[in-house]
Order: sequence, then structure tokens, then C-alpha cells
Amino acid sequence: MPDAALSPSPSPAGGRGEHGEPLARLDGIDRRLIVATQGGLPLVPRPYHALAEQLGLSAEEVMARLRRLLESGVVRRIGAVPNHYALGYTANGMSVWDVPDERIDALGEAVGKLPFVTHCYHRPRALPLWPYNLFAMVHGKSRDEVEAQVKQIAALLGADCRAHDVLFSSRILKKTGLRIGG
Amino acid sequence: MDEVDRNIVNVLQGGFPICDEPYLAVAEPLGLTEAELIARLQRLLETKTLTRFGPMFQVERMGGAFVLAALAVPQADYERVAEQVNALPEVAHNYRREHALNMWFVLATETLEGIPAAIDRIERATGLKVYAFPKLKEYFVGMKLHA
Repeated sequence: MPDAALSPSPSPAGGRGEHGEPLARLDGIDRRLIVATQGGLPLVPRPYHALAEQLGLSAEEVMARLRRLLESGVVRRIGAVPNHYALGYTANGMSVWDVPDERIDALGEAVGKLPFVTHCYHRPRALPLWPYNLFAMVHGKSRDEVEAQVKQIAALLGADCRAHDVLFSSRILKKTGLRIGG
Repeated sequence: MDEVDRNIVNVLQGGFPICDEPYLAVAEPLGLTEAELIARLQRLLETKTLTRFGPMFQVERMGGAFVLAALAVPQADYERVAEQVNALPEVAHNYRREHALNMWFVLATETLEGIPAAIDRIERATGLKVYAFPKLKEYFVGMKLHA
């Protein structure tokens, strides 16, 4: 990838993210490491050494930087991302719920702990079209399974659920993911 | 995909070590050699059973933003609007869903300012109002799909 697009653009020192949280400080080397690994980790016995060679760094520095990126949350984790469809999880429903704002944090934490919920967020309503403030993505092997899972969420929420809906995806229009600096 | 592949997918969703020979460290408890694990990972990626293997980045921690957004697209205009939305590099995923809001996409940008700019471009290109649903709080994000 062309190097010109990468450094020098370190994160602004002391910058704040969208919710006011302090940002991790990245330097040009961190950004090169991110660009080098966003396509995946090398499938060789010593992958961090291979990255080090590619970037002109020592393997110790690559590993130390990756550990720091993990600690600061820039890297959520290192691991495998399965294709839901290939694992047979062909039904994915975005379940959405209207729950009282003052109770949403406790309810969201509880819903997020359910084993079939892969993402769970508090998001704003858009009234009158959209009364829902709690979003929980549910993956199942059939629409019936997803609907049964949604019933479990409804049971958990009880009287706190004022309205809900499930939006099934009927078509993938695009799926690329984020690419930086290339 | 056999039992060994399923084990690999289940175990490696949880994380991967940072050490000199991480494949070796993971292969042993799975009862595999390092070379077998690497060959199987290669095949799982080639057959698209895995979409990725490596670090997962949180763009928000780097100063960027991810925002879920939706459009209510008239059926007759659906293909045209899908093309216009997909043409933006900031659109990372886009799904058709069955609701009055029938097109749901994720905008991913390297800066916070990139989000309103992308929304503005979509509104001008499509003539439709973009409903943005930025996350106010994250309760859980993770893959725990059992292979």
C-alpha cells in the first residue's frame, strides 16, 4: 500500500472521541502496523517476526505495540471472525425495543449477556417513525430460531418492553468493512 | 468443515496470543501440529468460513466513528439508491431489511467530521432523509457463534 497515505498523521494529542473519552495516541509506526495487519495476520510460524521484517522493526517492538494497542482498546482482540452464513447462521434479526430511558442500562447489560446476542446498543429514537432505543442483533440458524430468541428477550424485559420489532436482513447490499490509510 | 475446524473456529474467536510462536501455542491444546493449524486456517479463509483472521480494530479509539443509519426507500427507486449509497467508500456494510426503513448501512470514517459529510452526500445524491442512529452506549459486542 502507498506509504504517503499513512504517516505523518498521528492522533491529536489529548483528543476526544465521539463520547468525550480520551483517544489512544497513535504514532506513524502504530498506523503502519495497523495498515499492515488490517488484511489479517501472516499465516507463518512467527507472524510477529514477519511483520517486524516487513516494517523494519524488531519483533519485540511489534509485540509490545500490539499489546499496547490491545490495552488501549484500539485493537479489540486478535482472533478469527467467522462468516455467519458459513456456520449455518443464515437468519439474522435486528431486534429493537422501546424501553424506559431510566432503566435502559440495566436492561441492555442483561440482554447483552444472552448467548445469542452478538451486539447490543443504546441508540436514539427517531419519533414518530422509530420509537425504539435498545438494539440487539440476534443470530440463528432459522427465522423460527431467531423468533424464539426474540421471545426470550421479551420475557427478560417483561413490562419494561413497551413496543418491539424484528428486522430481518433480506439482502446484503454491501459488506467491505473499514479500511484506513491505504 | 469437520470437528477439528469447528474447534479451531470456536477457540480462535476468543483470542490469539502475542508471543514468538503463537500458532504453536494454540495448536498444542487443540491436538494439532503448528503446520496443520496454519494449513487449516488458510483453508478456512480460502473457503470464506472465516472472513478474517487477525487484529480487530475499534475505529472509535483512533478518533474515527461508526454510525448506523437508515433510509426509507420507495420500492421503485431501490436499486438506484442502493447504488448511490454503496458508491461511498464510507459505507462499510449495507443491508436490505423489511420495514418502512428498508435500507440500513454503517458509515465508518477516520474522523468524527466524516460522518455528517457522508450523510450530507447521501441526502443530496438520493433526495432522501438519512436517519442516523449513533450508539449512545455499547452493552455487548462480540462473536460467540458456536461452530
